[in-house]
Amino acid sequence: MSDATRSNSSIRTALKRVRGLGASGSHATSDFWWQRVTAVGMLLLTVPVIVIVMMLLGRNQAGAGQILGTPVIALIMLLFVVASSWHMKIGMQVVIEDYIHGEKVKLVAILANNFFALAVALASAYAIFKLSSGV
Amino acid sequence: MVEFALPKNSRITGGKSWPKPEGATETREFRIYRWSPDDGKNPSVDTYHVDINDCGPMVLDGLIWIKNHIDPTLSFRRSCREGVCGSCAMNIDGQNTLACTKSMHDVADGGAVKVNPLPHQPVVRDLIPDLTNFYAQYASIEPWLHTTTPTPQKEWKQSKEDREKLDGLYECILCACCSTSCPSYWWNSDRYLGPAALLQANRWVMDSRDEATGERLDNVEDAFRLYRCHTIMNCTKACPKGLNPAKAIANLKLKLVERQS
Repeated sequence: MSDATRSNSSIRTALKRVRGLGASGSHATSDFWWQRVTAVGMLLLTVPVIVIVMMLLGRNQAGAGQILGTPVIALIMLLFVVASSWHMKIGMQVVIEDYIHGEKVKLVAILANNFFALAVALASAYAIFKLSSGV
Repeated sequence: MVEFALPKNSRITGGKSWPKPEGATETREFRIYRWSPDDGKNPSVDTYHVDINDCGPMVLDGLIWIKNHIDPTLSFRRSCREGVCGSCAMNIDGQNTLACTKSMHDVADGGAVKVNPLPHQPVVRDLIPDLTNFYAQYASIEPWLHTTTPTPQKEWKQSKEDREKLDGLYECILCACCSTSCPSYWWNSDRYLGPAALLQANRWVMDSRDEATGERLDNVEDAFRLYRCHTIMNCTKACPKGLNPAKAIANLKLKLVERQS
């Protein structure tokens, strides 16, 4: 409870504070659901991704391009990038909401988190496309 | 940011050690949290010795004995003294539980019985926490039967099987042991409803006679109200009635996922 909430507590009713702005709706369940979907996805993809990374070890760019040029392998890598960065974004947002209580700081942190996850995902996907197309 | 340390005026300093009762052959040491709003001092932990041959076996018996024989200013809530009313919930030996059903002899073998108010709630005095917010959260889930169909002449009927779905939910006595043991509730009790209120929300969602299931789910479908639960399970560990609030919360999440698709 913040100091402001506490100092207002004597004149505002407790129920007014608890009801607040109301429930936020289906967005919350959607985040909860996709966190689990991406977790299961990563569970399935982790072993293939480790195998692919081990195959890539010690190869030069042309060799790596050859392996990543195989559609199935490129697809597995892309799926892993999408699942993990999405999972990372939701997970980090939960941590921010848990521990940061200032509304403005929280908003900035969530914004930064969204941009960071998107940047990581796009950079990784771009690297996979670039290597697999051999450009 | 989240509060990791106690505010300066809440830090425990010193404490009085009361002399052992005269003529007692066997005593048990109690270390009890004391704070009064009247003297402007920080909280302290006072040490008392209870004559266990003159006293019942429960921690509550010990507290009442201290109040009657040593220090009448010691303040705590109690009523039924048999685990039905939930008034005497407090933190005993690091665990939230009911003082009336916890034996003082079960506490850390031979050591002192350490008694504190329920964690992370404003303290009114000594062992009495301010549960205004907790009760308001319970009120916010509207814990009564909601129906639109005209009330039947005699009663709302429920099958035996449907009635059994309320077992493990209706027994909750709202002692607040679970909610105040939950770290997520410590950090976000202004927005997170906490295990007790959510178990009750689930009790009405599961009630076959209630016609507001959808509205009830709408009311908890929120990143804070419900989804601050991270399945830490302290609630289930703490519940002195042996209930499983974590399972009730999981059921609410399941219902919300089910209706999504």
